[in-house]
Amino acid sequence: MIRFFALFDALDRTTRTTAKVAALADYFRDAAEEDRVWTIALLSGRRPKRAVNSTELRTWAAEVAGIPLWLFEEAYPVVGDLAETISLVLPPAARREDRPLAAWITDLIALTGQPADIRRAAILDAWDRLDTGERFLYNKLITGGFRMGVSQGLMVRALSQATGVEETELAHRLMGDWQPRNTSWDSLIRSNDPAAAGARPYPFALASPLDDPEALGSVADWQAEWKWDGIRGQIIRRAGAFALWSRGEELITDRFPEFATLADFLPEGTVIDGEVLAWGDARPLPFASLQKRIGRLNVTKALLKDAPAHLLAYDLLEQDGQDLRALPLSDRRARLEAMLAALPAAAPIGTSPTIAFSDWAGLAAIRAKAREEQAEGLMLKRLSSSYHIGRKRGDWWKWKLDPFTVECVMLYAQSGSGRRANLFTDFTFAVRDGDALVPFTKAYSGLTDAEFNEITRWVRRHTLEKFGPVRRVPPELVFEIAFEGIQASTRHKSGIALRFPRMVRWRRDKPAEEIDTLDSLKELLAMHG
Amino acid sequence: MEPVLTFTDRGIFCPAGNFFIDPWRPVDRALITHGHSDHARGGHGQYLATDVAMPVMRHRLGAIRGDTIRFGEARRINDATVSFHPAGHLPGSAQIRVEVGGEVWVVSGDYKTEADGLCEPFEPVRCHAFISECTFGLPVFNWRPQAEVMADVNAWWAANAAEGRTSILGAYSLGKAQRLLANVDASIGPILTHGAVEATNRVLRGQGIRLPETHWAGPDVGASTHPGALVIAPPSALNSAWAARFKGASQAFASGWMALRGVRRRRGLAQGFVMSDHADWQGLNDAIRATGAEKVFVTHGYTQVFRRWLAEQGYDAGIVETQYEGDEADEPDVELLE
Repeated sequence: MIRFFALFDALDRTTRTTAKVAALADYFRDAAEEDRVWTIALLSGRRPKRAVNSTELRTWAAEVAGIPLWLFEEAYPVVGDLAETISLVLPPAARREDRPLAAWITDLIALTGQPADIRRAAILDAWDRLDTGERFLYNKLITGGFRMGVSQGLMVRALSQATGVEETELAHRLMGDWQPRNTSWDSLIRSNDPAAAGARPYPFALASPLDDPEALGSVADWQAEWKWDGIRGQIIRRAGAFALWSRGEELITDRFPEFATLADFLPEGTVIDGEVLAWGDARPLPFASLQKRIGRLNVTKALLKDAPAHLLAYDLLEQDGQDLRALPLSDRRARLEAMLAALPAAAPIGTSPTIAFSDWAGLAAIRAKAREEQAEGLMLKRLSSSYHIGRKRGDWWKWKLDPFTVECVMLYAQSGSGRRANLFTDFTFAVRDGDALVPFTKAYSGLTDAEFNEITRWVRRHTLEKFGPVRRVPPELVFEIAFEGIQASTRHKSGIALRFPRMVRWRRDKPAEEIDTLDSLKELLAMHG
Repeated sequence: MEPVLTFTDRGIFCPAGNFFIDPWRPVDRALITHGHSDHARGGHGQYLATDVAMPVMRHRLGAIRGDTIRFGEARRINDATVSFHPAGHLPGSAQIRVEVGGEVWVVSGDYKTEADGLCEPFEPVRCHAFISECTFGLPVFNWRPQAEVMADVNAWWAANAAEGRTSILGAYSLGKAQRLLANVDASIGPILTHGAVEATNRVLRGQGIRLPETHWAGPDVGASTHPGALVIAPPSALNSAWAARFKGASQAFASGWMALRGVRRRRGLAQGFVMSDHADWQGLNDAIRATGAEKVFVTHGYTQVFRRWLAEQGYDAGIVETQYEGDEADEPDVELLE
């Protein structure tokens, strides 16, 4: 754990990319191999199954620290992180020792499902063998949310420096659902066994936001298509393997049983990138329909009928077992269209149509109608582009519609966590409904640190009531909220729910009397919900 | 019977003695615990502070009318008897003991319980009622011994110096800066100071307090003139145009708030040294117990939480709303003001 903490500490102390990569590369050279595999897993969002819940952790930590639970709960929002709060209140370790990261994790995994007294004894024992910083990391292993300020891309770069294996190759090897507990360093990084590929997806190519298409040059170099509002996914049909992966590297094959027929229709050795959408009358249904399918493990017949899934294919990444990613897009696209044209019409898949256009102004006019197509905007891809890894500026652009906006007033403020602990950053907003104010959304991003500082001072001076970490304030501060979509909701008092709400502006110029009304939101719902 | 001390909108007031302690609005007679600006304000008719604290107050407030008192010396003011006792916060900082008709109240001012090698060590004073700060009155604040923290500071400076880099250490210009100077290993390299720190050093040296040699980092001083130097500067100078002259410098901040990772990251600092001139959780609890007081009032800090904790420990505990902020709360991090 000492070596792992040293890595964490080095990463935590710098914002310089080169320094982070160097620290990681050093670690991948000299740490124990088992620890390296676990570190890769943790940095790519994999973590051991949770053996202890957060209530147990708080209770046990308060007991060991000799403080009442309420006092622990008061300290938590000041620190802003549960794992850190626990590490700080505990007395110093009496029996500190250096065990490998993998050993601590193996112990944690073994605790899953054990009776509470056994788990309690094991956790208390661990706390007494780790110092404050190491304890923080140990607690993070339990609570999750392991963010060390390192993107997947940086980790892969460091791995490449340490091992000499190409970055693109490494990025591909790390995809899929390999399990750190039964994966060795050699099999993960060193071996180049094509059979191991199995149902492993390719790293997704991502697009950058576009402001002005004029900068892209000649329209003849570009392919335009709708930017669909669904789940980006990769369908894999290889020998003995059929899988649907989400962009978050989650295996979602079983959530969408209607795609099972594609295992028969698609030729072996095929990988397709596309968008999963809820489908009706040969066109996408609003995102709200697809949302009913997300996170639902038990797919009922009624659900399959109300919101059948359909894949609109963007790209062909593998054909006859050959990796096509280096070919130009125009080439891949032609192959994709030919392959899908040969499929029966009833198959739940089609190519995402390309949009013909002759100049950028004409395309802008088409983009303005995206909402009628249930799209978020347009995608622009250079016809000569390869299928790159991650976000690489230049070839792929997303040209989204301007968001909806609403002006509203703050009713409640809550302090943030982590870097924003002690700052009021999470606000609840209301619109006007006659004389009443109706809360309708929360938002917590979009302002500068200086603005959050100023608002925090204001909230402190204007608190009317405290409910734990939440403060009620007078309805005076007006904000402009941007959002991507609106839908009816029975769970919200206002009857509406917004997609991706965020603050775009603090409207110091506007009095609270001039904010928008619930009726104006309902009109928006009627038009776009 | 009237209480020994009352709490007014101008500050803590002693009716029997007709004086205020650390008032925040102008009054005729003010007893001052220490020279930090939220405790020693301008505009009072007459000041009383320890002989060690007064020079800095005169330096900061200009020509003030006042008198000094030695630690432990008893003085009669009208119907009250007062004496000043070391608070361990910075040189000359005092707790003020007020006795009226056999009843003793003590105002802690700001204090820390660990001896720091610079100022007079904290002395517990027995009393019936204790008015205590609680800047760090939460159980997550537990300081390591100063020797360990200074070893970290020295190691950080030495490592930077070995690479030819400047080390800029943010520290409050009165108190923390001199505490660091008095304890740092001056053999590692030259020590430079920001003007605000150097001015305070001059005053303290003038009254006989020994500090290692320092050079004012004037306009002609930079990374090239003093390679590998340690620069002590007020926290506001960190990441500023002033600090830019030390190209490639490593910047750190010495403060109790550095115990929190979120605060350190928000300030964008590579290094934070957890060092405070306020008592930590254990220190507060120990100090309060040592007074033997039954009645405790808490001021600036996590007052509501700390009051409830003390009440559960059997104290008759209350809150005094004051306008003290604690020197560390003077930092631009608004969240620290609570």
